[in-house]
Amino acid sequence: MAERPLSPHLTDGMRLHWKWGPHMLVSILHRVTGDGMAFVALPILIWWLGALAGGQESYATFQHQATTWYGYVILVGISWAFFNHLCSGVRHFVLDAGAGYEIHTNKRWSLATTVIGVLLTAAFWAAVHFL
Amino acid sequence: MGNGTELGRVRGLGPAHEGEEGWMQQRFTAVGNLLLVSFLAISLVLLPDLSFGSVSAWIRHPVPAVAMALLVVNLFWHARLGLIEMIGDYVHDDGNKFASFLLVNFGAAAGVAFGLFFILKAALGGIAV
Repeated sequence: MAERPLSPHLTDGMRLHWKWGPHMLVSILHRVTGDGMAFVALPILIWWLGALAGGQESYATFQHQATTWYGYVILVGISWAFFNHLCSGVRHFVLDAGAGYEIHTNKRWSLATTVIGVLLTAAFWAAVHFL
Repeated sequence: MGNGTELGRVRGLGPAHEGEEGWMQQRFTAVGNLLLVSFLAISLVLLPDLSFGSVSAWIRHPVPAVAMALLVVNLFWHARLGLIEMIGDYVHDDGNKFASFLLVNFGAAAGVAFGLFFILKAALGGIAV
């Protein structure tokens, strides 16, 4: 088979083939949060379930680590990654349907998904603490 | 590669050369994750606290236990598809690609197996102390 161009084709030596825009940010964040959760959030989910299955003592070990400052940084990070990925994922469904490609609409919803992801993260932690 | 229909002429020419069916599965599991992670997040918010007693009592109920089992299968399936998509984009050497796919498949299978075992143990096992 003939050599076909690679995608994504990001650089030509030192020259970038693209410049930053909200749509690029949301696309890159979608990939980074998704693959990041695969490597960080899923092992922690399995650890949490394993600690729960293991009984009081193993659960206490998990809980101790989860409530340290770095535990909170990681858990808040995972929740932001989830809500960000959720919002940009919903945007992908709209794009799959063939809508939202007009330049201003695309820019507006790219910014909106990024902002809504942060707001949902804040709302989730507020709910955890106050409900 | 076919030479008849328009689809047949282009199928397999993307950078990954395969994976059309994964595209649909990725969407189905995405909707599943939206529902199931929301269920988990709302459950965590509504539980009185996240102590061992509260959480282990919660997962003994049928709906949370089944939702968590579905969640584990659905999450790892979706993550497997996403990782394969990323590897398809960035790993171009056939040998490395094969090795990466192998690791992703093994990792996802192990994650699902351990996740389901832990859920069953937490939901059905005796009260551990």
